[in-house]
Amino acid sequence: MTELPPGLQRLLQVDPADAGCEHAMEVLDAYAELAAVDPSAAAQAFPGVAAHLEDCGPCADDLTGLLAALHEGDEPAGP
Amino acid sequence: MCCDSQVLPAVRRYLSLVPLKGTDAVRRELDADSVEWVRLLQSDGASRDDAIGRLHALLLRVSRRELTRRAAQHQAAGPELDDLAHQCADDAVVSVLAKLPTFRGDSRFTTWAYKFAVFAVSGALGQRYWRTHTTALEPEQWEALPDRLGVGPEEQVQAAALMAALKQAVDTELTSRQRELFVAIVVNGVPLDAVVAQLSTSRNAVYKNIFDARRKIRDFLITNGYMESVEGGRP
Repeated sequence: MTELPPGLQRLLQVDPADAGCEHAMEVLDAYAELAAVDPSAAAQAFPGVAAHLEDCGPCADDLTGLLAALHEGDEPAGP
Repeated sequence: MCCDSQVLPAVRRYLSLVPLKGTDAVRRELDADSVEWVRLLQSDGASRDDAIGRLHALLLRVSRRELTRRAAQHQAAGPELDDLAHQCADDAVVSVLAKLPTFRGDSRFTTWAYKFAVFAVSGALGQRYWRTHTTALEPEQWEALPDRLGVGPEEQVQAAALMAALKQAVDTELTSRQRELFVAIVVNGVPLDAVVAQLSTSRNAVYKNIFDARRKIRDFLITNGYMESVEGGRP
């Protein structure tokens, strides 16, 4: 049996817990606020989303962008 | 800052009636700034227009920074980058206003709104990809797949049978739609959001097809002795 190349191993890692893009995008704001303080708390609160973000590059990139927005002081005093 | 508990009866009623989706969600008390944002955006006249203007300015900053962060994904700079940021901010404001009745307060309003700016940037870059890449979903670039999968030159002879089995799985196990999307994204390396833009579909629909395709390929490779079965889908 040929040892699988690392990239193929990653490609074939399908996690049944993966919540999919639709749900991840729906709750990404709540996930980001938790992850900004404690990433493990976010993964614990949203396990299906955490599984998805491990696998979905575009959603993970969106989370990175959202975290950057939170960290870079875009929070205004109010409306 | 107004945070009168009488101001958002519709929102508070919604929060009390709508169940959380699934079990992995967090509900928090709506903070005063969020209440005020929603109140103003649901109001009439000048106060609403003013709030929309401030929301647009906020989302323009987020869009501009996000485009700068993703500079490797596009070649826009200067006025072109600014136009793109305005386009994303415009789209994000439209999304926020359209989805305002669904805001549940699971995050601060501003975090929720930022999300739409980030999504708008992803969508815009998906569309923009085709300005610089004329190749559609064909021709198929199978010869590039070993490199994409991390197979080094010295390993390619040993991996040749595995690559052939992978292609056989793609050709025989996938639906035509799954095959089309797998070839575009995995074999040809087209960004998923660019495929979404080209096919005018959703990210979730494309991801689901790719997810199912990967599972079928994995099952094929296990059945034919190319890999071991491990519980949970992780080889």
